[in-house]
Amino acid sequence: MSRKLKEIIIKNIFFLFALISIFILGLIVVFLFREGLPIFKVVSVKDFIFGNEWYPTYNPPDFGIWPLIVGSIIVTLFASVIAVPLGVLSAIYISEIAPPLMKEILKPVIELLAGLPSVVLGFFGMVVLAPWLQETFDLPTGLNIVNVSIILAIMAVPTISSISEDALYSVPREFKEASYALGATRFETIAKVIVPAALSGISTAVILGMARAIGETMVVLMVAGGAAAIPESIFDSVRPMPASIAAEMGEAPFRSNHYHALFATGMVLFFITLFFNLIADYISTKFKEVGSGTL
Amino acid sequence: MVAVQNNNIIETRNINFYYGDFKALTNVTMEFEQNKVTALIGPSGCGKSTLLRLLNRMNDLIDGTRVEGEVVFEDRNIYDPDVDPVEIRRRIGMVFQKPNPFPKSIFNNITYGPKLIGVKNKSELEALVEQSLNQASLWNEVKDILGQSAMMLSGGQQQRVCIARALAMKPDVLLMDEPTSALDPISTAKIEELIEELKKDYTIIIVTHNMQQAARISDYTGFFYLGKLIEYNLTEKLFTNPEVSQTEDYITGRFG
Repeated sequence: MSRKLKEIIIKNIFFLFALISIFILGLIVVFLFREGLPIFKVVSVKDFIFGNEWYPTYNPPDFGIWPLIVGSIIVTLFASVIAVPLGVLSAIYISEIAPPLMKEILKPVIELLAGLPSVVLGFFGMVVLAPWLQETFDLPTGLNIVNVSIILAIMAVPTISSISEDALYSVPREFKEASYALGATRFETIAKVIVPAALSGISTAVILGMARAIGETMVVLMVAGGAAAIPESIFDSVRPMPASIAAEMGEAPFRSNHYHALFATGMVLFFITLFFNLIADYISTKFKEVGSGTL
Repeated sequence: MVAVQNNNIIETRNINFYYGDFKALTNVTMEFEQNKVTALIGPSGCGKSTLLRLLNRMNDLIDGTRVEGEVVFEDRNIYDPDVDPVEIRRRIGMVFQKPNPFPKSIFNNITYGPKLIGVKNKSELEALVEQSLNQASLWNEVKDILGQSAMMLSGGQQQRVCIARALAMKPDVLLMDEPTSALDPISTAKIEELIEELKKDYTIIIVTHNMQQAARISDYTGFFYLGKLIEYNLTEKLFTNPEVSQTEDYITGRFG
């Protein structure tokens, strides 16, 4: 077999494998739409998304997922408020400040946190955090926004931290040297040169961390409390979209309106995470630094 | 063999320097005269860059290094425990081998250092930018694009931004670590002209791989080999009539 032919075969085999994963992904999306779209024969898109009542099993049923969307957005936002500073600051500490030994301990530990099964974290939220919250703040239930936000934040920190750390690590040494040579302190160098140069990577990290939080199912199912109503305080229970789908899918009759409505909820979730990923992609290409000090 | 007299601005005394267990410099004693250009030459790995980086404590940033001996700048050993390296680096500027402007606008590159020491007044900063870029003979080329990223400039222009950035701190000494090794001949010629111009106001210590460059631009030259200062002399003397045979072997191209 000629060398050229071999090259062509190898090239096409890789192409085929790349194609297979895209094809499967495409099939999943098609399936999602096929099962989700029929609900819009029963309710309008507007009533579905902005409807305030989610009573899928009543007669007549209400399919308004606005409380679920609000629930998802609120827990994601609160989780980000906790996770972003923790993740970014720990990344800065690990990549720029920590002595080598500390770095060798912290880095794998944070990455290990990423491998923790979400059900274990959910269990922790249910058994440890919930009773504590309930007693400390004298609440009817500890399964609420605060609890789920804390647990989701714990899940998002490793994502944010490790991607940010990669971004910080790849800031060229030359920039740091230039800054120090001009008489900047370590803190000034971090704040004015390193972090700005790594900002696109850090933003990507933050958005991917948020995407992880909004798509997380097990934790929200276990500790969000499950109330399909728009919350009035941070100690109210919510029912984010993934929790609703996971909890109800088992009871929804096959191809019933309820079943289609859950798939349509999945579509909304799909669009939200797609949106997050597009933003992350946009930021990382748009604000990429133009080379290092090379010619 | 050292021909310099009293107006030394900085000097090293019996410097030994270690990267971990590796001894990079052995017993280097050198004096650098004010408003002169001193070139450090020698083959790769001879310790010339290491010595340069000792003079503004840039080697502090590398883990596992150790210094013995003294570097005296204005009657003070800069390695005394009570000396703040940040203070030293503000007085002794540095230009690196690879042009390394920050990924910021030209204006913000130049004002980076002055802002650190608290210059906030806008007109003062503008004046400083113009003055520094003029000194680096770059003003006419970039005066209309100060807001653009310094990364957009050519390599030679980037290097002059780096020089202007160092000059904006009004340093006493300017250290240059092979500043033209990554540049084309035209840019190199420009920077060499610039060095000639700058020595009126600054003391310049330059590491170079290029012996012709050392011969062209420097007043004094030190030749290093395997971490030792082999010969330190007037440039003219060192290149025409060296006192040590190793120097002669090196400059005539017999090794290195």
